[in-house]
Amino acid sequence: MSGQCAMDAERPGPPLWLLLELTYRCPLHCVFCYNPIDFGSVGRELETGEWLRVLEEARVLGSVQLGLSGGEPLVRDDLETIVAAAHRLGFYTNLITSGVGLTEPRLQALKEAGLDHIQLSFQDSTRRMNDFLSSTRSFELKSRVAALIKKYRYPMVLNVVLHRLNIDHVEEILRMAERMGADYVELANTQYYGWAWRNRAQLLPSRAQLRRAQDATARFRERVGPRMRIFFVVPDYFETRPKPCMSGLGRVFLSIAPDGVALPCQSARMLPGLLFPSVREASLRSIWYDSPAFNRYRGEGWMKEPCRSCPERGRDFGGCRCQAYLLTGDAADTDPVCGLSPHHHLVTEAVERAERSAAEAPLAEPMAFRDYRGGTARD
Amino acid sequence: MGIVDTAARPAIGGGLRLQWEPAQEAHVLLYPEGMVKLNQSAAAILTRCDGMRTVADIVADLERAYSTAGLSPDVCAFIALAVERTWLELRP
Ligand code: SF4
Ligand code: SF4
Repeated sequence: MSGQCAMDAERPGPPLWLLLELTYRCPLHCVFCYNPIDFGSVGRELETGEWLRVLEEARVLGSVQLGLSGGEPLVRDDLETIVAAAHRLGFYTNLITSGVGLTEPRLQALKEAGLDHIQLSFQDSTRRMNDFLSSTRSFELKSRVAALIKKYRYPMVLNVVLHRLNIDHVEEILRMAERMGADYVELANTQYYGWAWRNRAQLLPSRAQLRRAQDATARFRERVGPRMRIFFVVPDYFETRPKPCMSGLGRVFLSIAPDGVALPCQSARMLPGLLFPSVREASLRSIWYDSPAFNRYRGEGWMKEPCRSCPERGRDFGGCRCQAYLLTGDAADTDPVCGLSPHHHLVTEAVERAERSAAEAPLAEPMAFRDYRGGTARD
Repeated sequence: MGIVDTAARPAIGGGLRLQWEPAQEAHVLLYPEGMVKLNQSAAAILTRCDGMRTVADIVADLERAYSTAGLSPDVCAFIALAVERTWLELRP
C-alpha cells in the first residue's frame, strides 16, 4: 500500500485549509461525534509551542483559512494564545465550538486576539437534544452564548447536526434559531464516520422524514426571507453521486489531530495501510508534499473501475475514501454512494433497513454515546 | 442592483479580509470558512475600496494607474456585484 503511488499527479497546490483539532476532550457525548471511536487511546496532546510551530510552518506553505475545533477547543486554556499567533501570521481564524465554556471574558480575549469567526455548533446528544427542545438548561446556555456572539459583533452562525431522532423537529430547531437571532443556520445531516458509523442503524433517517424536513425548511425560508439564511445538507446516502470529498484527498485540506498526526481529512486516520506522519517527527512541508500517506490518494492512479474510466472522476474524485473503506473494506473502491458502484446496494439496503426500523421501534437497538471507554455508556 | 452612486465610499464588508497571498500569487478575499482568489482587475478595484475613496475617486485612480479612460461602467458593474455578494458595503 505504501510507496510512491499516484505519481502521475502533478505537484499538489498548497494546503489552503488548515484544521487544528486541538483536543479530543469534550464535555459533551454526542452520538454522532466524528472523532475516532478510540480517541481515548490517542497520544499526548501537542503543547502550545508545538501548535505555534505548526501554524508558522503551515503559513509558509500557504495555508490561510484556519479552523480550530476538537473535541471542544475551549477546553484548551491556550486557545487565546493560539488565535493570537494565527492572527499575527495572517490566518483567517474560525472557531468551531459547542459554546460550552465560552464565557464573556474568554470571548473578549478571543476577540482581542483577532478571532475572525465563530460557528456555534449545536452538537448535542439525543438526551440533551430533548432537554434543549423543551427549553431547559442547554437552551439557556446556547442563548447566552448566542447573545455574547452578537454583542461582540460576530455573525451568528449555527450548525445543527440532523439525524433520525431530531430531524422531525426541524421546524422547532429553526424557530429556536430565529429566537436566538441566528444569521446563518446549517442543517447538516450526519455523515457516517466515527461514532455516527457505529450508531448508523439508529441515526439514519427515513426518506419520508427527510422529505418532511426539507418541506419544513422551505416553508420556513419563505417566511423569514433573507434575514436568516438556511442551508440544508442532504445526507449522501440518499444521493446517487458522491460528494467531491475534501475536494480530493491531499489537494487543499490539511488536518492536525490533537497528538500531532497530520491527516488529509479528519476521519482518514481509519484508512488501513497508511502511516500518517506526526508533526512531532517531520516538517509540514515534507508531510504535505512527500509522505506516501498524503500521496496515496492523489491524482487518479489509485482509482479502480468504474471510476478509472468515468468522465466524472476529475470532478468528484471518486467520492470519499473513508466511506468506501467502511462500506466495502477497500479504500480504493468507488464510493458506494455512487449509483455506478457495484456496491451501491450496500447504501440502498442501509436506507431500507433504516426505513423499516424507524417504522417499527425508533430506538430498538442500544446506542453508544461517545465516551472514553469506547462506547460502553448506553441510553 | 447594478446602479451605484459614484459618491458612495465602498469598503470591504464586515468580517471579510482582503490580503495578498504569496503562495497563490494573488490577492484573496477571506470570509468565514471560505475564500475567493481574485483576478488582477478585481484586486485592483477591491484594494482601493478603503471606505475613504468614493467610487468616482477609484475610477479616476484606476484610469491614472492604467493610463486609460472610460473605466467607469466596468468598475461600477463590478462594485454593484461585489455589494450584492456582500464583499463590499457602501458608506455615504
Ligand atoms: S461532536 Fe459532540 S462529543 Fe464530539 S467533539 Fe463535538 S461536541 Fe464533543
Ligand atoms: S464512477 Fe467514480 S468517478 Fe464516476 S461518478 Fe461514480 S464515483 Fe464519480
